[in-house]
Amino acid sequence: MKILVSVKRVIDYNVKVRVKSDHTAVDLTNVKMSMNPFCEIAVEEAIRLKEKGVASEVVVVSVGSKSCQETLRTAMALGADRAIQVETEDGLDSLSVAKLIAKVAQDEAADLVIMGKQAIDSDNNQTGQMVAALLDYPQATFASEVAIENGEAQVTREIDGGLQTLAITLPAVVTTDLRLNEPRFASLPNIMKAKKKPLDVKTPADLGVEVGSNVSIVSVTPPPQRAGGIKVGSVAELVDKLKNEAKVVS
Amino acid sequence: MSVLIIAEHDNKSLKPATLNTVTAATQIDADVHVLVVGFECQTVVEQASQVAGVTKVLVADNAAYEHQLAENVSKLVVEVSSDYEHILAPATTTGKNTLPRVAALLNVAQLSDVIKVEAADTFVRPIYAGNAIATVKTTDAVKVLTIRTTGFDAAASTGGNAERQVLSQVIASDRSRFLKEQLAESDRPELTAASVIISGGRGMGNGENFKLLEGVADKLGAAIGASRAAVDAGFVPNDLQVGQTGKTVAPDLYIAVGISGAIQHLAGMKDSKVIVAINKDEDAPIFQVADYGLVADLFDAVPELEKSL
Repeated sequence: MKILVSVKRVIDYNVKVRVKSDHTAVDLTNVKMSMNPFCEIAVEEAIRLKEKGVASEVVVVSVGSKSCQETLRTAMALGADRAIQVETEDGLDSLSVAKLIAKVAQDEAADLVIMGKQAIDSDNNQTGQMVAALLDYPQATFASEVAIENGEAQVTREIDGGLQTLAITLPAVVTTDLRLNEPRFASLPNIMKAKKKPLDVKTPADLGVEVGSNVSIVSVTPPPQRAGGIKVGSVAELVDKLKNEAKVVS
Repeated sequence: MSVLIIAEHDNKSLKPATLNTVTAATQIDADVHVLVVGFECQTVVEQASQVAGVTKVLVADNAAYEHQLAENVSKLVVEVSSDYEHILAPATTTGKNTLPRVAALLNVAQLSDVIKVEAADTFVRPIYAGNAIATVKTTDAVKVLTIRTTGFDAAASTGGNAERQVLSQVIASDRSRFLKEQLAESDRPELTAASVIISGGRGMGNGENFKLLEGVADKLGAAIGASRAAVDAGFVPNDLQVGQTGKTVAPDLYIAVGISGAIQHLAGMKDSKVIVAINKDEDAPIFQVADYGLVADLFDAVPELEKSL
């Protein structure tokens, strides 16, 4: 079984986000970039399926400028076998990215596509679902447990209020939630080995996909700041304030 | 042109998230239709037709729709989509699961987690965990939006009298099957609908200690939440998680206990009306957003709080 995993290079989750002073975008100059945390979980899940003997090959794909090759190397250092970069400008819209990934999944004849449920930059939570729709594949989003058996994936999903388990026939798309696994760290020997693993570069034209979007950004502004309040000295004072000042407790 | 909303429900009752979405829809156009896709969901249809502002309720009631699988619902929505310029769903796990498929099938973008309607083609949504606010304009023929419920007031659940239309299409995928569901049984209000929430973080130490919060929650009629750190540490299940990667809430009162206030947690609760923080670390970032901060050991303060309420 072949697994395709998509990875996105995003601002590191520990970095404080700053909006550009001209309010056109978030300032990404000289900012630490990393693999999107949910994509790390996707890579880890694919590697575990390979280690269990369920998968035979793990291919990683990333859509973006040359710098995303770094993210692909990271995925290969973690255990992916080879990589495909689809060379585009950064910040392509989700539907275009979904079309590119769907075409790669088709060309690779991937049995399972594993993707993060959302990227922590645009916070869209949609690309995996779009890939599934474009290919008319079944999907299991927000996965916290994945088991593959008899050409089917049994996936437990994190839904509002609890868990839901679905059985989906392969080929299919799974998107990862936080508790699916704890990603490993790459070892130095594996980082060295990853430099020799194959990395193909393709363009949207190679894939026969037209990219573009009808959505334009009007402005990007900092959020309204919440003014800090006061410190209270005791529980009694707190309760008094809640009852008599804020009037949120009767 | 009319706006279509995909109703959030469990075949028994219409979920409040739908009401907030109706408010968002009425800011786009006065003609608001609600699609109820489910099985034996007549009560939901009744409730939806009474919501103020809803003019028409479309009903697809069939066993194939019992679990509202995204594969089936998305295709059904596409079949009725030609009558609409806007298709909305609340940004719940159900809406997030289904609506991107609708957008992809229609070859249009989806705008996720909309918190404000500027115009029928211009919308505001948070990005980077709410650390930046984007205003976006779309020229897509159909605008597909998920609505962050905390951004809009709930429409009145009565006062409407919508006409009904039955959809007879049955779309069933044999490649996706529902196996089971384990929903947390709780007498407490749902996190996203609660007017008071008390949340615990890593400072709680372990899952057992979350019981401390229950006493306060009982007295205040509050829901219990948690930070991602507490979920990652295995103290509580993920459906309690408040934050960028969990639920977004905006109650009247939010009490953060033993929560440091990581950016990703603040993203999920900073629109709460009144925020209380109890933490023994006086430098914890949570105090920067708290209206009332109490620097204290939670294991002393929480039981005392319970007694004083």
